[in-house]
Amino acid sequence: MNNAIKRKQNLVAYGFVLPFFAVFATMFIAPLAYSGYLSFYAHKLVGGVSFVGLGNYVRAFQDPAFLFGLGRTALILLIQVPIMLGFALFFALALDSGRARGSKAARLLIFLPFAVPGVVAVLMWGYLYGQNFGLTGQISRALGLPPANFLSDSLILFSIMNIITWAFVGYNMIIMYAALKSIPPELYEAAEIDGAGQFRLAWSVKIPMIRPAILLTVIFSVIGSFQIFNEPKLLVEISPTGIPQGFTPNFYAFNLAFVNQDLNYAAAIAFLLGFVIMIVSYVVQLSMQKKEVQS
Amino acid sequence: MRQGARRAAVAITSITAVAALTLAGCTADPGTSSTNGANPDSTGGASGQITDAEREAALNTPTDLTFWTWVPDIQEQVDLFEKEYPNIHVKVENVGQGLDHYSKVRTASKAGTGGPDVIQLEYQFISSFAQTGDLLDLTPYGAADIAGDYVPWVWKQVLSNDQILAIPQDSGPMGNLYREDIMTAAGVTEPPATWDDYKVAAEKVRANTDSYISNMAPGQGAGWLGLLWAAGVKPFGYDGDKTVTININSPEAKKVMAYWQDMIQNDLVSVDPDFNDEWYAGLNSGHYAGWLTAAWAPVFLSGAAADTSGKWRAAPLPQWDASKPASGNQGGSADAVLKTTKNPIAAYELAKWINNAQAPALLFSTKQNFFPTANSVLADPAFVDQKPEFYGGQQVNKLFAEISTTVDTDWQWLPFMEFAYSSGNDTFGAAVAAKGDLAAGLDDWQAALVDYAKQQGFTVNAG
Repeated sequence: MNNAIKRKQNLVAYGFVLPFFAVFATMFIAPLAYSGYLSFYAHKLVGGVSFVGLGNYVRAFQDPAFLFGLGRTALILLIQVPIMLGFALFFALALDSGRARGSKAARLLIFLPFAVPGVVAVLMWGYLYGQNFGLTGQISRALGLPPANFLSDSLILFSIMNIITWAFVGYNMIIMYAALKSIPPELYEAAEIDGAGQFRLAWSVKIPMIRPAILLTVIFSVIGSFQIFNEPKLLVEISPTGIPQGFTPNFYAFNLAFVNQDLNYAAAIAFLLGFVIMIVSYVVQLSMQKKEVQS
Repeated sequence: MRQGARRAAVAITSITAVAALTLAGCTADPGTSSTNGANPDSTGGASGQITDAEREAALNTPTDLTFWTWVPDIQEQVDLFEKEYPNIHVKVENVGQGLDHYSKVRTASKAGTGGPDVIQLEYQFISSFAQTGDLLDLTPYGAADIAGDYVPWVWKQVLSNDQILAIPQDSGPMGNLYREDIMTAAGVTEPPATWDDYKVAAEKVRANTDSYISNMAPGQGAGWLGLLWAAGVKPFGYDGDKTVTININSPEAKKVMAYWQDMIQNDLVSVDPDFNDEWYAGLNSGHYAGWLTAAWAPVFLSGAAADTSGKWRAAPLPQWDASKPASGNQGGSADAVLKTTKNPIAAYELAKWINNAQAPALLFSTKQNFFPTANSVLADPAFVDQKPEFYGGQQVNKLFAEISTTVDTDWQWLPFMEFAYSSGNDTFGAAVAAKGDLAAGLDDWQAALVDYAKQQGFTVNAG
């Protein structure tokens, strides 16, 4: 009797999750499996389709375009991510300290760029960066300085880092700020009784307390860096030679599929990129957890 | 920073999903598309000509055609066609421009059904689609009869391996548009006849005004190829089957680029990217005093730089050998019929009639402002006698009609121009942008093209 009811309940439960699994299987698992399957084949304009095993993967590791793309991503990880998260943490702590005036307005303003659609943001920055008729060009000319070409082949990577920082500082700040708000006030009282100032409080109480939130933003940022696509795709119009086909791995996969007509190789690149993201995210997570244990 | 793990997952899925969708067609044997559903052989036989009776019957049968093109207002030409052949109903669809359009055409063609009957196709992509066997040979339908109606170099562009694969629509022979006021201020009284003159003029413009004589956009692959074309260089070849010729770093090409390297490194021309806000502002403000461009540009420019009306003039390209005037082409389209069509006769008539009958063909040059390819339109007073205010009343069309006769007829394309342009941008274009060694840029481009061609299974004939 009891068992029969349970079985019935189980059946109903399966019924509830079934729609999700149906969509998950057809929209996620199936295409993923199919592109995995594709990555083991090669399609040539002359000669058609043939099985190449791991050939596409081997080719990727010898492909300078792909490796340079990974290198650019690594640079973004090492330079842009710390700067962005540093700013985000600083703003979050400043707002949380309650000493800044108009903190609500400031919070909104810092978060606002995240609400600007990526396409609009990139177009806007494209104008700001313009050397001859853009804002930075006009300002530097008004000051009598030679205008820098932020869209030149050597500066474009840093210009893109700047756009990403601008867009995502607020997003990361909000995550950290929310975590700060959930710290029990007793800790602050205890620290104050012990004679801790605001800086000491931030360093020894607040930052350790929100470590999980910071870890979250780091992981998001790592994944986001590997996923960069909008910025090069849109800026390539105004900096065509600064942004080669393989500017970032994601952008490269797109170009391989839709410009070079090499869908099989693009599938292999997409898979490789997925693995790289998994490995790097795991390493980051592991190393930060270790620190937590040590401290 | 930008998206969480879930979004990452979504992004990966969408890429793979798109790849999966597109590839679902790809893995099909390319050979099947030609025998799928609509076999053109059944309506006349590839070897034999379509008879007048067959044509008559097809055009009197109620038929629905689909026509994919991004030409604005082409409905007007199609309306004329439907009036001429009331039984044929044509649905015009704009599925995107350039690469968007082509990738959808490929998918539809591989799917075998549900695709368009007639498509717009730029000359430079005809061999790409010929290579994959998507285009119907129009010879049995009578296309050879109209060969004489077109400028010879244009007609050569629609041929591949003895097949006629498209009907020409518009073209872009190259010339030199320049600001007469700035040239006069710089002390240049006549448009430069040779490239040596052009350099002298460029020096005067730099010395006496704030302008550059022109802007040579690094990523403008079609424009650079047009300049090679005008110089008689033949960097590409395709036999219509498995052999490609790639010779982009030939001594002749390097000679042309040595000239431009000298111009660029002496700051006589600017190297800004084109067709963006900065560039439009540059044309309007006189930052660029000229533009080496195609015959579609005069009308385009009068919209893009409307404030400068009346100040522009047109001239032929400067020459390498002034006694043998030559030009190249940049851009232009044709209309082709897909092999998957169920109504090849009606589809051919549509592609032919709107581009070949006098009324719709002339409409292209007066309504859409296309530069014509048919001799009859190129000689029509309604076209050649126009005196646009923007060019101070100069007969610009007449000038470009004359230039059109000087375009070299033997230029060919590779069957993978998408890759050729993007790799050219990353190699040669990067060298231009860096004001660096253009010969080395050509060498890199050559290497990239040869690698890709071999990878794709072609036999490569490298110069």
